[in-house]
Amino acid sequence: MTDATPLAPTSRPLVTQLWARTSRIDPRYLIAFLITLVLVAGQFRYHILGGYDRLALALGACMATEALLSWFDRGKIVNLQSAYISGISLTLLTKPQGGALWPFALGGFLAISSKYVLRYRDNHLWNPTNFAITALLLVAPDRVSVLSHQFGNDVLTNLVIWTFGLIIAARVGVLHITLTYALSFLILGVVRASALGLPVLPEIAPITGPMYQLFVFFMITDPRTVVRGRRKQMLIAVLIAVMEALIRVAADLGMPLPTAFTAGPAFLALATVGPVAKWIDLRLGGAKRTTSANGIDLATA
Amino acid sequence: MAVPFLAAILLAMRLDRGPIRALADASHPGFVLRDETRAAGITFLHRRPTFDPKIANVEPHVAALGAGVSVADFDGDGWPDLYFTNSRFGAPNALYHNKHDGTFEDVAATAGLADLNRPGEGVSMGSVWGDFDNDGREDLLVYRYGYLALYRNVDGTHFQDVTEAAGLRRWVNSNGAIWLDYDRDGLLDLYVTAYFRDNVDLWHLTTTRIMHNSFEFATNGGKNVLFHNLGGGKFEDVTNRMGVGGNRWTLAAASADFNGDGWPDMYVANDYGPEELYLNDHGKRFALTTAGLESESKSGMSVALGDAFNRGRLDAFITNISERGYLFQNNNLRLNQMADAHRFRNVAEGAIADAGWAWGAQFGDLNNDGANELFVANGFISGDRGKSYWYAMSKIAGANGQLFEDASSWPAFGNASLSGYERSRVYVNRGVAGWIDVAQTVGALDEYDGRAVALADLSNRGALDVVVANQNQPALLYRDYPDSSNHWIAFTLVGTRSNRSAIGAEVVLEAGDLTQRRVIDGGSGFASQNDRRPHFGLGHHEWVDRVTIHWPSGLTQYLERPAINQFVTVTEPRR
Repeated sequence: MTDATPLAPTSRPLVTQLWARTSRIDPRYLIAFLITLVLVAGQFRYHILGGYDRLALALGACMATEALLSWFDRGKIVNLQSAYISGISLTLLTKPQGGALWPFALGGFLAISSKYVLRYRDNHLWNPTNFAITALLLVAPDRVSVLSHQFGNDVLTNLVIWTFGLIIAARVGVLHITLTYALSFLILGVVRASALGLPVLPEIAPITGPMYQLFVFFMITDPRTVVRGRRKQMLIAVLIAVMEALIRVAADLGMPLPTAFTAGPAFLALATVGPVAKWIDLRLGGAKRTTSANGIDLATA
Repeated sequence: MAVPFLAAILLAMRLDRGPIRALADASHPGFVLRDETRAAGITFLHRRPTFDPKIANVEPHVAALGAGVSVADFDGDGWPDLYFTNSRFGAPNALYHNKHDGTFEDVAATAGLADLNRPGEGVSMGSVWGDFDNDGREDLLVYRYGYLALYRNVDGTHFQDVTEAAGLRRWVNSNGAIWLDYDRDGLLDLYVTAYFRDNVDLWHLTTTRIMHNSFEFATNGGKNVLFHNLGGGKFEDVTNRMGVGGNRWTLAAASADFNGDGWPDMYVANDYGPEELYLNDHGKRFALTTAGLESESKSGMSVALGDAFNRGRLDAFITNISERGYLFQNNNLRLNQMADAHRFRNVAEGAIADAGWAWGAQFGDLNNDGANELFVANGFISGDRGKSYWYAMSKIAGANGQLFEDASSWPAFGNASLSGYERSRVYVNRGVAGWIDVAQTVGALDEYDGRAVALADLSNRGALDVVVANQNQPALLYRDYPDSSNHWIAFTLVGTRSNRSAIGAEVVLEAGDLTQRRVIDGGSGFASQNDRRPHFGLGHHEWVDRVTIHWPSGLTQYLERPAINQFVTVTEPRR
């Protein structure tokens, strides 16, 4: 994708002009805008936060950890937008028992520190929020859940977030990942329902929920943890959907799984497939920082 | 960097196991609960309903309510009796007459209160007692998935169905009702909450689009109804005029004067929606106010009212759902700050916030130490222990409402459990250390699917026994044995200018540094009603300084130094 050359305002439709202008915006701002939109819309309409102290704590933990570890690691404090996105994602996804606040502090620390600890050839392997959520679900299932607020099960809110999400994914150059995963999820859901004799709609319904919105727009498309190359990225998106389908088949068949797998199958699928794919990609292709379509070293969610 | 990273993971694992150090000692709660159901002769077994086969896939879920219990002295002998509701066609409700010797006898059939679960009429979901005609005998309203049923107490032994004559023959798919005198005219009015829409006949469905349209903000439930008592045994529907006809999926309501203006307000718990507070504007209209309740939308199951911290105010405890890994809605303990800050503040944290899939709850001083305890019944559906419906539920919980509004879209329930086999909780307030669960210590060990909880001093001995109606399972009676060194006092109130049952009267007790408030119960918790005689534990206080009674009529009465360790009967002054 290349930067568009601005033309005279009168010669092009307004939408085209706006689209062209977005290409000059750092994609990190677009992603930050989208996650802020989700937060504000969800809080304004559905009070999704459950307390501003949670937001402050998660944001504070993420940004402080990022500042401290980047200074320690690189001798300078890096741009904190990545931590901002992680903090908001974590706040939206984490639903603790009994109003506990520690999952937000520990989750924020785990998310950001995973970028500095779990590395291979100067790249981190896990999407930070995905790592934190998965880790908390695995090690603290008695205190942390991820499925509490549903944004009202409202089609209008879903449409707004999906619309903005798709536009921004297109501008950031990751739309193909989002669409590949969504399509794979739908196809595999139908296949799974047919094979197991389940009604189809409940199997494909989850993707309309807010948890999946955060997943498809902020986690699976994280430019810093996806593999290089459009086709490979699409292949990995398919593999993540396949892994998730396998987890769901096991759950459908009543196989004994840790609660984390049945409560957040998409998170577990990404947490298992993503890092392996990234590790192979780095091993085969050498270390090279992932950049966006317009050449910026991208922040991560 | 790896060291703090690993330490954080280890810390999360440790925190998952609970507080690092016990905040309070749970070993000496000061009372014991003994399961004496069998010894008391209570053999009631609740049966859940069966519905139209069109919703067979989700029937265990839809049919998971109906076990209710309410307390009243129906024969006027001074001893509280119990009424249990059943929910299957042909299964009888039970009226347990207190025989004064610790045992009970089911007299529902002879009283005319057994055969209420019939095709075409509906099945019972709960009941509430109140002397609607002020004749000195307690009458009974049974709410059903079906027609309301009002029974007039004829002579203390027989009841007469007066529903039609009272103007109450209305199909309401109801899980709750309360008596209150909202206009303070001395006649008990009736607020009936609704769950499914009133055009839904669960045995003859014309559509399967009967479920909620949101897990958080559903507004397609039945319409709650307020009936004004006109006198002469007649009631009038004043729902719209009074502004209380919400269409949320209401499961419970309770009434008290929360803002201290002398008029009874209503607190409503909604499934799939936020709680609601209706403030009474001088009996002319109710105003739905936010009061801090709108900030969280959960699954309100029950409203228990009690003075949680001896502030002389009535706080509210609302139960919700918690399930490991899937959903932590957390219960709400709402501190009443209406008089000064015009709001309720949620202070539930720690053990009290998570009781599992919680249902009925009630405040009561079980150890007579002068502070309220809290009994909470838990568990939704106990099916196959190896199969959980939570994963199936999670598929549709995030979906668009149009999908799961249709019951036929739900994954088949089969014989799965959904938060089944959960134990009851008994919380003791340990001040700064918070509320701790002592259920195991005191002996509340059952794992039934608890629904309604009612507290009553069944033997007039100064101890609040706990009665639990369990869904599709046997009822339970836990006898309370409090620490004998503690003192107590209880009151029997008789209204004259106010309704005879004294429902809505508030009693404030002062003894040294101790201040407590109780409200006479016109229905509270979930599908339940407590003993209407307010019971106060006094701890080691040897006397009561003063008792203030705020009668529903507006009259305030004072009692100085009443005798303790006994029931005190107080009749409202006529002028």
